[in-house]
Amino acid sequence: MYVSRFLQRFALLIALGAASHAALAVDITGAGATFPYPIYAKWAEAYKAKTGNNLNYQSIGSGGGIRQIQNKTVDFGASDMPLKPEELDKSGLMQFPTVVGGDVPVVNLPGIKPGEIKLTGPVLADIYLGKIKKWNDSALTSLNPGVKLPGQDITVVHRSDGSGTTFIWVNYLSKVSPEWKEKVGEGTSVNWPAGVGGKGNEGVASYVQRISGAIGYVEYAYALQNKLVHALVKNRDGNFVAPNIESFRAAAAGAQWDKAPGMYLILTDQSGKNSWPISGATFILVYRSQEKPDRAKEVLKFFDWAYADGDKLAMELDYVPLPDSVVKLIQGSWKNEIKDPSGKAVWQ
Amino acid sequence: MSAVVTKVQGFAQAAPAAPMSRTIPDAGLRKHYRLDQLFRHVTRFFAFLVLLLLVGILLSLVIGSLPSIRAFGFGFFLTSEWNPVTEQFGALVPIVGTLATSAIALLIGIPVSFGIALFLTELSPTWLRRPLGTAIELLAAIPSIIYGMWGLFVFAPVFATYVQPVLSSTLGAVPLVGVLFRGPPMGIGVLTAGIILAIMVIPFIASVMRDVFEIVPAVLKESAYALGSTTWEVVWNVVLPYTKVGVMGGVMLGLGRALGETMAVTFVIGNAHRLSASIMVPGNSIASALANEFTEAVGDLYLSALIELGLVLFFITFVVLALSKLLLLRLARREGRMT
Repeated sequence: MYVSRFLQRFALLIALGAASHAALAVDITGAGATFPYPIYAKWAEAYKAKTGNNLNYQSIGSGGGIRQIQNKTVDFGASDMPLKPEELDKSGLMQFPTVVGGDVPVVNLPGIKPGEIKLTGPVLADIYLGKIKKWNDSALTSLNPGVKLPGQDITVVHRSDGSGTTFIWVNYLSKVSPEWKEKVGEGTSVNWPAGVGGKGNEGVASYVQRISGAIGYVEYAYALQNKLVHALVKNRDGNFVAPNIESFRAAAAGAQWDKAPGMYLILTDQSGKNSWPISGATFILVYRSQEKPDRAKEVLKFFDWAYADGDKLAMELDYVPLPDSVVKLIQGSWKNEIKDPSGKAVWQ
Repeated sequence: MSAVVTKVQGFAQAAPAAPMSRTIPDAGLRKHYRLDQLFRHVTRFFAFLVLLLLVGILLSLVIGSLPSIRAFGFGFFLTSEWNPVTEQFGALVPIVGTLATSAIALLIGIPVSFGIALFLTELSPTWLRRPLGTAIELLAAIPSIIYGMWGLFVFAPVFATYVQPVLSSTLGAVPLVGVLFRGPPMGIGVLTAGIILAIMVIPFIASVMRDVFEIVPAVLKESAYALGSTTWEVVWNVVLPYTKVGVMGGVMLGLGRALGETMAVTFVIGNAHRLSASIMVPGNSIASALANEFTEAVGDLYLSALIELGLVLFFITFVVLALSKLLLLRLARREGRMT
């Protein structure tokens, strides 16, 4: 008897707790890309401290994020690879970028320090196609006069798992090399013509650090935090640039988001004197017509807060915030595209 | 003598008398009977639950891989192209990689485990048996990701600098088999994965072998020794024939682990979808391809091809188990003919 009364009270207590919790805070859920997970988690923490609202983000990978939003099991999906406008139309989704990041080529060569070696897009493509096999190939030595390049074999390292990092990388190679575009193409994972595959940024980095003469690509924040030996890459305007927050910002600022239908824009090979050529944004996917406008509004509120107050947090984690002009554009598209069942805009 | 007999008879007479002194009420009997029935049904349910799960998994794998089966048919097993961009998928590379790494693991693992078990049961001083046996069992308790990391950070560099160059300059020069050992010394590849797997399956095979070797009746071994057999002859002609089912079971347990091992293999196999005659270059295995690509598989056909890979692994494991059972049956039959 006593036990059951205790249980009743306990259940009542839990129910009360849940009710009061529901009245105060809203839990929004999202799932997808792993690349922006650290910053989404950080933002969620700060947002909860400020508003009491919870964001639950599961980094299950871009492919998983797209599947989950299509099955409507989450309030928003996240993907490193933007969906093409026709794919968006087919599933009734809209997308917007949140932060900018990018890939950095890293090498392991005896005596070469960070930023000492210069590469171009076509040379990178030829290395990854397996056409340039030695470090003292004339294509490399002519780019790097004064740098002692050894006659070592080049070991190409790529990601073995599908990833947004790979997508940005192969998208860049496709833009600068017709042969790459024809033979390999682009996607979150591709049929690599050469090299070994490491799992995750850490897998690629450890292969590169382990194998003398290796070249790989890792996500910018990862390269920075682990002090890997990065290379300079020639951008569209012909300058050799180093990967840093300014060069990523330059790439994001130079992009013409307003002319990209469905915000389908990949920041690789952007023009601009200082822009880093292998940049990319990560995207959020939400439904245009919302069955639950209240929840959608909470999602948009969260990202509105993140655009306004989250820049510092993003920069602490080596992500590049979007320029204000792009944020204005995104909020305009929220107004125009996301509607509740009666056709009223969710975001005012 | 007679006194003993009467004593025994006295026991026999007294024994049934005891329960007769108290009767069990009918209701009590029925209750016991019902409980018994309940127990029978519950255990049967648990047993069938396994079967149900197995069928369920098989069905969902088949249904999931239907689009891929329709698109590629039987060619799925024979083509090596794995191209997510053009959605062309062939499973030859991961299938070969899975079989090759498991074969290397067993090739190294079986003799070593045999030696370990033999030493522990027949040759080792008694005071050494327990610490050695515990050490081997501890090896089995290490999580596979630790093996993977150890393989990548410790084993692979050593292997690349000291072992691979020697292998490719000696074995690589041998005609026919030489092609197996050629390639740049990267320390990562099918051979490395096989060796790491061997280390992982050794504790399983060795501890099963040790346990079955221990149950061989001492009288059999002692008779053989008395007839003048050497230790080797005792093991080969007495211990092994007596324990072959158990030994086979241990090997199968090891093979099962090797076929499905994911994390450790992913770390050291190199994850390249390329077919090569050499075992020193990067390859791929089914489990590691699944672990790598499942999360970001965009598109139905890609996902379906990965699920079909899972189905293939299921099938390989099933065939291996069936073959081993068949082998044991044949061994048992031959034994019947011999005696």
